[in-house]
Amino acid sequence: MTRLEPLLAEHPFCRDLAPGQISRLAACARERQFAADEVLAREGEEIREFFLIRSGRVALEIFTARRGPLLIQTREAGDFLGWLGLEPHALWVVDARALEVTRVLILPLPCLNQLLEEDPILGYQLLKRFTQGLARHFASMKRQVVNLLHGL
Amino acid sequence: MASEPRSVTPGRLEPMLPVLLPVVKRRRETGDTVTLALDPGPEGFGFAPGQFNMLTVLGLGEVPISISGDPGDRSRLVHTIRAVGPVTRALCRLTPGATVGVRGPYGTPWPVAGQTGRDILIIAGGLGLAPLRPALCQVLARRREFGAVEVIYGARRPEDLLYREELSRWRGRFDVRVHVTVDAAGADWRGPVGVVTTLIPHARFDPPYTSAFICGPGVMMRFTVGDLLARGVPEERIFVSLERNMQCGLGLCGHCQLGPLFVCKDGPVFSYARVKEWLTLREI
Ligand SMILES: Cc1cc2nc3c(=O)[nH]c(=O)nc-3n(C[C@H](O)[C@H](O)[C@H](O)COP(=O)(O)OP(=O)(O)OC[C@H]3O[C@@H](n4cnc5c(N)ncnc54)[C@H](O)[C@@H]3O)c2cc1C
Ligand code: FES
Repeated sequence: MTRLEPLLAEHPFCRDLAPGQISRLAACARERQFAADEVLAREGEEIREFFLIRSGRVALEIFTARRGPLLIQTREAGDFLGWLGLEPHALWVVDARALEVTRVLILPLPCLNQLLEEDPILGYQLLKRFTQGLARHFASMKRQVVNLLHGL
Repeated sequence: MASEPRSVTPGRLEPMLPVLLPVVKRRRETGDTVTLALDPGPEGFGFAPGQFNMLTVLGLGEVPISISGDPGDRSRLVHTIRAVGPVTRALCRLTPGATVGVRGPYGTPWPVAGQTGRDILIIAGGLGLAPLRPALCQVLARRREFGAVEVIYGARRPEDLLYREELSRWRGRFDVRVHVTVDAAGADWRGPVGVVTTLIPHARFDPPYTSAFICGPGVMMRFTVGDLLARGVPEERIFVSLERNMQCGLGLCGHCQLGPLFVCKDGPVFSYARVKEWLTLREI
């Protein structure tokens, strides 16, 4: 067992995956720590990585010339950041910046995509989890819009 | 079995007649919200957390406003008011020395006393923290009686957060956890951005043994109640504070009716179990 397997297994995105599936993911994964204010992804850059946040907090921001960065949502420990199933060379539409010391597992997309193509059972499991997370993020976003437009 | 909040009857002999009380302190909370402390005189003013007063600005009108101070301190009567229309705007402009007509307290309280042994979740959206602050003061005054105490508070933007000093004081305690989120922020905000329900998974509580007190805009309460029910918090221990237009505050005029209930007298604090029949979740 590699050092990253238990870290992957305890992350909610990978919870209850079979040990074999975890080790295949671990073969792709690497670990990284971001300092506060360090940037994980920048608007307009190609999406090359899928992040599993282990601890800390990441801000999703849109930069405006007049008001600087606007913080639109945060991703917390246990959440993911990134996209699965997009066309190749898709671009980030937000900046992602660590708000505090943030530890992540990084799954580079070329390796992850190849794994999902080769192992459709694992691919289906991960896409299902991705869709559930996306639904959560969208539900929150829609209600934020309601709060901002109509007052909270 | 949790007991339903009961209305605490006003002590005054003439419940429709306001008494005039002087403003002794005014604190600006946010761009449109002000906290006024009134001097109730030597007898003090007793109330239970969650109750409200009818406040009159002479010549303009009368509005229901929750009492937002510490129920353990009878010497000050505190209200937090957001300027939305003629009466609330006039109240927000008052400065020390001005007088306010007050009648009350009215309505049912947050049933803090009935929750011994439970984990306590206090969930507020926007101005909803005002009627919940007295409940939190009471919970903290009786801290030993409860399990985990978790406060979840959401505001529109960082500059809309109420009671910043108290929030940081509560945060500094080791026996209560305070989670704060906003719907949008600038780059200097280090906290979560998202709706209040996104913080619920980060709160530590044992759903079957939890009592939740929720106050905020309708949409926020609706999703919060739905989330807590899904996690297994019993519906008779989810308490919500409802707002309806009011006139008499005494169960006489019918302005605030909800099915067979009068929000002014039978509420504003209800268990979700009691109101769900009259209130589909969509209508909170
Ligand atoms: C039990 C109870 C407790 C309340 N506690 C507080 C409090 O602690 N602090 C506070 O600032 N306000 C509180 N309110 C709301 C407050 O009573 C209203 O904002 C006030 O009546 C508005 O009066 P107005 O003359 O200033 O404005 P109006 O001209 O009457 O109203 C201005 C705008 O506000 C809307 N509005 C009026 N009443 C309400 C309401 N109850 N809920 C939502 N929107 C409303 C109107 O539809 C209109 O769009 C409470 C209401 C109730 C029923
Ligand atoms: S305000 Fe008159 S009955 Fe409730």
